[in-house]
Amino acid sequence: MDTVIQQPQRNQRPGIEDFYMKFRYSYFEVIEKRLWLLGILIAIFVSFGGLAEIVPLFAAAHGVKAAEGVKPYTPLRLAGFETYVKSGCYTCHSQMIRHLGYETQRYGAASSAEESVFDRPMQWGSKRTGPDLARIGGKYSDIWQLEHLKNPRNLVPESNMPNYDWLIDMPINVANVQGAMRAHQKLGAPYTEEEIAKAPQALEGKSQMDALIAYLQGLGVDNVPVERRPQKESQL
Amino acid sequence: MQTQETYNDDVVRMFLFAAIVWGIIGMSVGTFIAAELYWPTLNMGFPELTFSRLRPDHTFGVIFAFGGSALIGTSFYVAQRTSHARLAYGSLAKFVFWGWQTICVLAMVTMPMGLTQGKEYAEPEWWIDLAIAAVWISYGIVYFGTLARRKIQHIYVACWYYGAFIIAVTLMHVINNLVIPVSLTRSVPIYSGAVDAMVQWWYGHNAVAFILTAGFLAMMYYFVPRQAQQPLWSYRFSIVNFWALISVYMWAGAHHLMYTALPDWVQSVGMAFSIILVMPSWGSAANGLMTFAGTWDRVRQDPAAQFMIIALIFYGASTMEGSIMADKTVNSLSHYTDWTVAHVHSGSIGWVAMITIGSLYAMAPRVLGRTAMHSHKGMFVHFWLHMIGTMLYVLSMWTAGIAEGLMWRVTNPDGTLVHSFLASLLAIKPLYVVRWLGGCFIVSGMLVMAWNLWHTAADARKAPVAPIPVPGGGHGHGHSAAAAQPAAGY
Repeated sequence: MDTVIQQPQRNQRPGIEDFYMKFRYSYFEVIEKRLWLLGILIAIFVSFGGLAEIVPLFAAAHGVKAAEGVKPYTPLRLAGFETYVKSGCYTCHSQMIRHLGYETQRYGAASSAEESVFDRPMQWGSKRTGPDLARIGGKYSDIWQLEHLKNPRNLVPESNMPNYDWLIDMPINVANVQGAMRAHQKLGAPYTEEEIAKAPQALEGKSQMDALIAYLQGLGVDNVPVERRPQKESQL
Repeated sequence: MQTQETYNDDVVRMFLFAAIVWGIIGMSVGTFIAAELYWPTLNMGFPELTFSRLRPDHTFGVIFAFGGSALIGTSFYVAQRTSHARLAYGSLAKFVFWGWQTICVLAMVTMPMGLTQGKEYAEPEWWIDLAIAAVWISYGIVYFGTLARRKIQHIYVACWYYGAFIIAVTLMHVINNLVIPVSLTRSVPIYSGAVDAMVQWWYGHNAVAFILTAGFLAMMYYFVPRQAQQPLWSYRFSIVNFWALISVYMWAGAHHLMYTALPDWVQSVGMAFSIILVMPSWGSAANGLMTFAGTWDRVRQDPAAQFMIIALIFYGASTMEGSIMADKTVNSLSHYTDWTVAHVHSGSIGWVAMITIGSLYAMAPRVLGRTAMHSHKGMFVHFWLHMIGTMLYVLSMWTAGIAEGLMWRVTNPDGTLVHSFLASLLAIKPLYVVRWLGGCFIVSGMLVMAWNLWHTAADARKAPVAPIPVPGGGHGHGHSAAAAQPAAGY
């Protein structure tokens, strides 16, 4: 290319822009030549967002309490919660009905923060390869749940959910359940010493499958106020 | 005369090797679980091979084992080159390598056995988390120790990003994993419900921000100018983008929780910052791409540069997509669907894997004492296998996600829902096969890379590679940004 692009003639005297650019550049140069300063500023810059969003939530969290009549997980359901988490159910199922018309139509009333105050960690989920489970409790009988967990395709031929028949042979780790109840108690869940002491009796002869079904059957039932609880279907 | 100081590339070579092995493992697990979504009994009755048990192995395997090894390895390489100094604390660096590999093996073995705390992308149990913290702090000491020994006063932009990656990951890892240990197999997080959701997604999103973005941008800022053989397009632009990126990202986590029981104001703040985020993201993408300006004829023959260019295009595309998906209206459709999966993978196999592969192809011959990779054609084959695989994956999951989102919301004239949940699964099921095929292409590409590297390392296996001397003798005291440009001094 032969054409020479004419550069606009620049003012020879240093203008305010020159001063500003020079000042701004040297300002950053100060940071970039000092490792300690760079490190401290990075730490400060990355802290803003988390502090601004999480600290107020912590403050507000003290106001969120379980609804009247809602108790922390029974030993059996707490064992079921552990099985739910350790089996990775959250990788395909959510427990969070969003505030959207078509969601409440499909799954029931939108989920509220009180409903998951005893969930450590929360199981809101991020992906629905299967449907939401926030209000699954009581929708199907215990026997349906058992058969479905053993082999989903026996009841829903097109399902792509894996078989969880192996849960039947898995014993519950009683020490873990009791330990978890203690930890929950430390964090504010109203468990009595008697309840913790009696946990092994409640888990006597139960498999992880029994625990998981008990957990599922309480979702949207045991964690909502008594007057809003759905009518239980007859247990076949 | 004092003895000539040399670069410590032993640890770099070990991490390079580990990254390839973990890449193949992590991506193979991903391909296997993708197949399970279509053929659900593929686990053959083994609990450990069930989709839900194995999925954390895929995410941990590719993010922390593959990505982590590649990032730590390249950061040691880049910190030495841009500082004109040997790696600090050689034995601690070895500990970082073996520590990190031990952690990866422990996590990958225990998670399918059900030892998980159930926090997405932070599944390993508390005792592995403690080990991660110890190794991570050692890594920080080696990295910042190396920068402290630098002979070039000006710290190069790639090193800011690695620094931010190390500092932010420490912060996130500790805060998200605060639990009360019950036993080796059980712990109870100190957060519950909505607070836990916010902490979890603040962590989850910033794992994306500071590992998958800042870390790999560091790689980009060094290896792109190196491969283009000309300085970064705009140094000043990189300053703006850096400070904007690291401060804005931290706010955006709430966009994972739109329309949920999280307070509305947090959702809105998350959405606003997510939209702002497109600016520093595109700034870095533009800076990288423009660095190739004027070299297009040359890079046409250079597969490493091609990986980098496509990586930057995917980075621009997926960050724009992320900002759009963080909009509440779009999010109401995309959330919980395979669109999210498509988005994550256009970022991870499009951006992260490609910039890593490009950088490793650029770095490998240099640390293995060769002038070029063993097979030029092999790199081209890998490039096209990876490209085809990525397109199959991303296009199929986009289609699936949008189909799901639309089917879940459509109503009859009388207001009732048209489709059952099952109908949406049946509609998209064939696309799960296409996605699995895409995964097969990507894993085959990785195998070609492994073969190529094995042959490139042939000399290195026979005799130790001659260490590369650190430039110096008083000439390395650069005072300008240009002196720290990787194209200038090697």
